[in-house]
Amino acid sequence: MRRLFFIIQKEFIQIFRNKAILPMMTVLPIIQLIVLSYAANNEVRNVDIAIVDQDHSSYSRLIIGKIQASDRFTIVEAPLSAKRGDDLLQSGGADIILTVPPAFEKDFLREKTADLQMLVNAINGQQAIVGAAYLGQIIQSFNRELMADAAPRLAAIRTSPQPRIDITYSNWYNADLDYKTFMVPGILGELVTILIMVLSAMNVVREREVGTIEQINVTPIRRWQFILGKMLPFLFIGLTLLAVGLTAGKLIFDIPTEGSLWVVFAFCLLNLSVVLGMGLLISNLVDTQQQAMLIAFFFIIVFVLMSGLFTPIESMPEWAQYLAVPNPIAHFVSVMRQVLLKGSGFADVQYQFVVTGFMSLVFNALAVWSYRKRD
Amino acid sequence: MSSTADHIIEADKLTKRFGDFTAVDAISFKVKKGEIFGFLGANGAGKTTAIRMLIGLSRPTEGEATVAGFDVYRQADKIKENIGYMSQKFSLYEDLTVRENIRFYGGIYGLSRKKIKEQTGRIIEEVGLENSAGNLVGSLPLGWKQRLAFAVSMVHSPSIVFLDEPTGGVDPAARRQFWEMIYQASAAGRTVFVTTHYMDEAEYCDRVSIMVSGKIEALGSPAKLKEDFSASSIDEVFVQLARGGAVISD
Repeated sequence: MRRLFFIIQKEFIQIFRNKAILPMMTVLPIIQLIVLSYAANNEVRNVDIAIVDQDHSSYSRLIIGKIQASDRFTIVEAPLSAKRGDDLLQSGGADIILTVPPAFEKDFLREKTADLQMLVNAINGQQAIVGAAYLGQIIQSFNRELMADAAPRLAAIRTSPQPRIDITYSNWYNADLDYKTFMVPGILGELVTILIMVLSAMNVVREREVGTIEQINVTPIRRWQFILGKMLPFLFIGLTLLAVGLTAGKLIFDIPTEGSLWVVFAFCLLNLSVVLGMGLLISNLVDTQQQAMLIAFFFIIVFVLMSGLFTPIESMPEWAQYLAVPNPIAHFVSVMRQVLLKGSGFADVQYQFVVTGFMSLVFNALAVWSYRKRD
Repeated sequence: MSSTADHIIEADKLTKRFGDFTAVDAISFKVKKGEIFGFLGANGAGKTTAIRMLIGLSRPTEGEATVAGFDVYRQADKIKENIGYMSQKFSLYEDLTVRENIRFYGGIYGLSRKKIKEQTGRIIEEVGLENSAGNLVGSLPLGWKQRLAFAVSMVHSPSIVFLDEPTGGVDPAARRQFWEMIYQASAAGRTVFVTTHYMDEAEYCDRVSIMVSGKIEALGSPAKLKEDFSASSIDEVFVQLARGGAVISD
């Protein structure tokens, strides 16, 4: 046990003396948290729309007024011809072309039905679907108003009012659909994981490159003591980073903390032990820090892209969903969101605890096994 | 084999192969307690591989060896408690201070706080680092670094110390100082097992062995070897052996 203390002491001295590692641990993650949370944003704003108004009626002006009033749309042009509308779509000048056909108002009043045409540039699928949905909402609300407006007149003709189903909805757990509230906890989990993985992957191999590992290997130190001595300082750093990040998230983005922070930190600890096991395993298997970096980088990219942070795991193909099971970032992101936003307790995230606990055993056993004191 | 009482290292047909290449070819020798044993050979002769097998960093392919009475196959950890090792590549932590290095190695050898403090004072005095004890090791001149590494390798007072080309790259004055430390260690009853390719250093040893292409071709006191090969220096003995080795391999 005393030996362990001396390794930990030495690791801390080296970490805090390293001019590159310290800012990498403190300032950079906070900057990343802020930049990523603002920029890596799936919210669709500023949809460029062109409206071809061929009717020039009071109804068409009403629609245009409603679209203008929405902060999601920017009306880039109001061309006169459909041809010009198509050109705009082709050139990328507009994302959506809304055409109000001639006699729109007349048809509506006479037949109680009229058509609008919406052309959507679907190259960016997300933007297209969300933009079209917003526009659909606007048109629907316009439709309701018209119906209400026309209702007295209709009532004079018909005996009973037309039945109508309205859906009212409210967004739970993120009432204002604030994208940042959703992203910050996930990004924080990702940042902590990446940093610890990189630091640990570079650690043992650095001692091998410099040659100090030989000196360690001729001492009677046990393999688990060495690995544990390397891990504990990084666990501490990871937890500190999480605490700093959560504080920053609270102060800057006012992220909710519905659930217990104990659960968050307990899971972080377990999850970091997995990441450290992976990092040290890489470090034991390679010969240079460059190799370690490349391999760690490969895994990090896969872990991040398939973590559900930016795209939901549920909409990935089934085989890809299985890949999320051994992905530590996926579990971390999911636990952070569930506990912080939804207020989930330990019982709700048991599955993540069990899977992560199992992985921790596997990877740390591999890390100890792969550290050879003798060749 | 004779009793281990007066022999602290015994190797019998110790062999290491890497694939088809035999780095160490059935070497046998005994090292007496308290002597300075020179392990000579050209670069690539297999000295480092042989040392690594003796100190438990490399598993032998064949043969037997005991160090401090412990078997190299089964009791590597016991051996490690009883030996010090200074590798060819400088291996103290350059980003730790002199004191921190001593404390760290003392700590992982399981010394008590009191003992670590004692050793720190003794080593700093012995190496003459009173004014730089708080400096980073990376900032010291090479000669001092090497003497410090030697002293740190003995922080746990081992009965044997293995030195793998300890004086590589330093000037003759620094080499002299280093050898004075070796004599001190030997005078304190420690067995010193030292590899070198500086043949003049061989003259300082009690006994030397000369390795050529993985085999030990000569073993004895420097005086005896010079007599046997009717040479005026170990350097000449070595050149004769190296030439002879070449003839044999033809």
